[in-house]
Amino acid sequence: MRFGVIQFPGSCDERDALAAASRVGDAVLLWHRDHDLQGVDAVIVPGGFSYGDYLRAGALARFSPIMVEVERFARHGGLVLGICNGFQVLCEAGLLSGALLPNTSLRFVCRQVLLDVVNPATSWTRACERGDRLSIPAKHQTGRYWAPEPVLDELEANGQVVLRYATGNGFNGSARDIAGVSNHAGNVVGLMPHPEHAVDPLTGSADGLALFESAALVAA
Amino acid sequence: MSRHAELGLTDSEYERIVALMGREPNGVELAMFSLMWSEHCGYKHSRKLLETLPTDGPRVVMGPGENAGAVDVGGGLACAFKVESHNHPSAVEPFQGAATGVGGILRDVFAVGARPIAVLDSLRFGEPGESARSRYLLDRAVAGIGHYGNSIGVATVGGEIYFESAYEQNCLVNAMCLGLIETEKLIRSAAAGVGNVVVLFGARTGRDGIGGASVLASAELGEEDSGKRPTVQIGDPFEEAKLLECSLELLDRELLVALQDLGAAGLTSSSAEMAAKGGVGLDVDVATVPLREAGMEPFEIMISESQERMLCVAEPERVQDVLDVCAKWEVNATPIGVVTGTGRLRVLAGGDVVGDLPVGALVDECPAYDLEPAPPTRALYPAPERALEDDADPDETLLALLGSANLASRRPVFEQYDCIVGSRTARRPEQADAAVLTLGSDGNGARRPALAVSIDGNGRRAAVDPYRGAVEAVLECSANLACVGAEPLGLTNCLNFGNPEKPHIAWQLSRAVAGLGDACRALGIPVVGGNVSLYNEGGGGPILPTPVVGIVGQLPDAARAGRIGFAHEGDAVGLIAASGWAPALAGSELAKLRGAAPAGELPAADLGELRALHAAVRQAVRSGALRSVHDVAEGGLAVALAECCVAGGLGAEVTVDTTEEALFGEGPGAFVVTGARDAFAAFGAAAAVIGIVGGDELRIAGALSLAVSRLADVHAGGLSALLDQA
Repeated sequence: MRFGVIQFPGSCDERDALAAASRVGDAVLLWHRDHDLQGVDAVIVPGGFSYGDYLRAGALARFSPIMVEVERFARHGGLVLGICNGFQVLCEAGLLSGALLPNTSLRFVCRQVLLDVVNPATSWTRACERGDRLSIPAKHQTGRYWAPEPVLDELEANGQVVLRYATGNGFNGSARDIAGVSNHAGNVVGLMPHPEHAVDPLTGSADGLALFESAALVAA
Repeated sequence: MSRHAELGLTDSEYERIVALMGREPNGVELAMFSLMWSEHCGYKHSRKLLETLPTDGPRVVMGPGENAGAVDVGGGLACAFKVESHNHPSAVEPFQGAATGVGGILRDVFAVGARPIAVLDSLRFGEPGESARSRYLLDRAVAGIGHYGNSIGVATVGGEIYFESAYEQNCLVNAMCLGLIETEKLIRSAAAGVGNVVVLFGARTGRDGIGGASVLASAELGEEDSGKRPTVQIGDPFEEAKLLECSLELLDRELLVALQDLGAAGLTSSSAEMAAKGGVGLDVDVATVPLREAGMEPFEIMISESQERMLCVAEPERVQDVLDVCAKWEVNATPIGVVTGTGRLRVLAGGDVVGDLPVGALVDECPAYDLEPAPPTRALYPAPERALEDDADPDETLLALLGSANLASRRPVFEQYDCIVGSRTARRPEQADAAVLTLGSDGNGARRPALAVSIDGNGRRAAVDPYRGAVEAVLECSANLACVGAEPLGLTNCLNFGNPEKPHIAWQLSRAVAGLGDACRALGIPVVGGNVSLYNEGGGGPILPTPVVGIVGQLPDAARAGRIGFAHEGDAVGLIAASGWAPALAGSELAKLRGAAPAGELPAADLGELRALHAAVRQAVRSGALRSVHDVAEGGLAVALAECCVAGGLGAEVTVDTTEEALFGEGPGAFVVTGARDAFAAFGAAAAVIGIVGGDELRIAGALSLAVSRLADVHAGGLSALLDQA
């Protein structure tokens, strides 16, 4: 299993994602200007503030040369995980439905949250069971998931709502407490909380490993 | 007013400059002198005092004088760290002032080649309950720190905030940064090699921050300070994120001879200091400096404090490689000068020489003044408004303390900071008395020892007694490290004081530095760097004397780092106290609530005994014998017990002396610990079993009984209520 983690200027969490992925497979950094995915089995679009989040979070990174390859890869069934800023980038790129808006508090919030696994059938959650509760930190100012009501209904009907903030754990005002969604095929997943920061009990929790292990199961 | 006086130089300083130059300086030269000889850059009023601090220690690999100090943390790694102030800019424009304070301290750390891994902040504001301005400053300074630190991806892992009316006009924003580097790769800032090329890289140079070091940082704040907003720099964390990665790649590929960040006094101080340290000269051509706007004067280019810029020296054959790395990171880079053997800093504008100064005169000849200290002859600080009656019962007193702005939970603030990026944070804010950072595994797969860090200072206690207040700051920081099992390796400090030309401020400063030095010597902690911020006075008088210390320590196993919260029903509660522990109300939070001015006598500290006590706590934590550990600090023993209950969500029943001094008095030298009853044996006579963990109430026999949920609510609400009004 070989993961590739994209590095944009302004990425913050790419090294942590690399380290987390390395616990279940090989992992390499992919440079945003390259057109080469180096034959990886899964792509992680990491957290941070790509291009300073200028204009709008994720709006500029979406036009990086490597994103052309990521979109092609995703449309051919390749595994793609967007974390936080990466989720924003995937929404901007149209690989996932919806958008991330500023938190209702308009403040940045960093907090350990509990997530309920809603759909354990996606490529990034199949090491989980439905109803599993994961303790994973979230940290963002622009993480309020939003989509038109009909789209939300459709996402729910299709099982594309993958992760939800457990009752009382949502702090950003996301529609229907949605923390993570997938595309229709389930190979592309985006979430606001940071599984790469939850891979060692020493630093708070190891529950985030399940996402990386899920991808490894797919490849195997 | 003469030109030099407008720039903040005295007549005698001007005469000294003329003598050193052998002629009258021109406008460019005078502007450069005014900054290099400002208090902020030249330490005119503090240098002689700072030279008295102990700087040697077995783990010190880089002491004061470089961009940051560094200590050996084993396995070939060093931790570089430093604290700096950005007080006056934050008082004028809190968001950008605080943001660029973080940006500046990050650059200091990566200028020595270290990757920044953590930031801490020490903040002081006026009374938030009384002052809308203080709530605004708090809200915006916190937002600015978060904006910069979160965006650049460096964890903000700790800090402290206190509110006192003496900071109303002049808030304090001190930022500390830690970085990691392989020791052999530490880079210094000394320029070397005649003919080598000086490259400026990073943001373009603009008119922001012109004269920040002299106009803002080295003079008292006055009524018209909103007019000084243009002297506050504007930060761009995205530019800094690229600059950071670019600098580290340049160093990793060994392309540089020297590296220096551009901070206060911009190109002037960075070039002068690089030349002075290397004993060389530099020719710098301002016509080659990329500008944000046309028509900037040479003097403006030389003193601009535009952020996110670095200066490096490279051998001529490496310059193209340097430029290529910068291009990869989309960072501007321009060769702007060469190293010469002249010992002079020459400023060129195209073909013209517009400034020509001896480097030594700029950097080393700045006068150092003897202070003329005299104790104040009258009380300097007014009494705060009374918030609690003297006859309030212990329940009411504890709730008032726990919900007060100074002691309430900092969660509404620290949740605005990313404390986990880097995946190193083993103890987050409010989990333990110090932040704990893991350093991963070494080449052989063995887990490296972890780092711990805390930043502490208490202006009100230093106002009561600057010597003992400074001693207590070191003790508090050392105690916090002991609580996670860490041994101090090195200390950085930021000395925030009023106008040192006034005898009573000079006295505060001298006494505080004496206390700092004595405490560091007694505890065996070397000072590896720091910063001085003077002239912190507004219309309302001077700030409280505020020595802030940050200590970096080490512990063998982060998994055993102590936690604050009571953890286990039935555990014994122990009080570990020095034989001389004598908590008193003078300078305490309770005295403040009762409307007492900072006055009286602070308890003396037996530094030898406390060093041994901290070592004993450290060893007990490392052995894994304790289930919780928390030092007794502001608010005294009752507040410490309440904090342990709230953090663990468990009550306790204890029996202790119930005088108000014993419950709420303050003084260094005590810890609340829990564990099995026999876990405290190693402390000998210093340990007393005072109760048992359990239930959902904190009961102190004969004094008070309060539900933990009530304590938690009051603790959680004290600051958030104020922030929501901002």
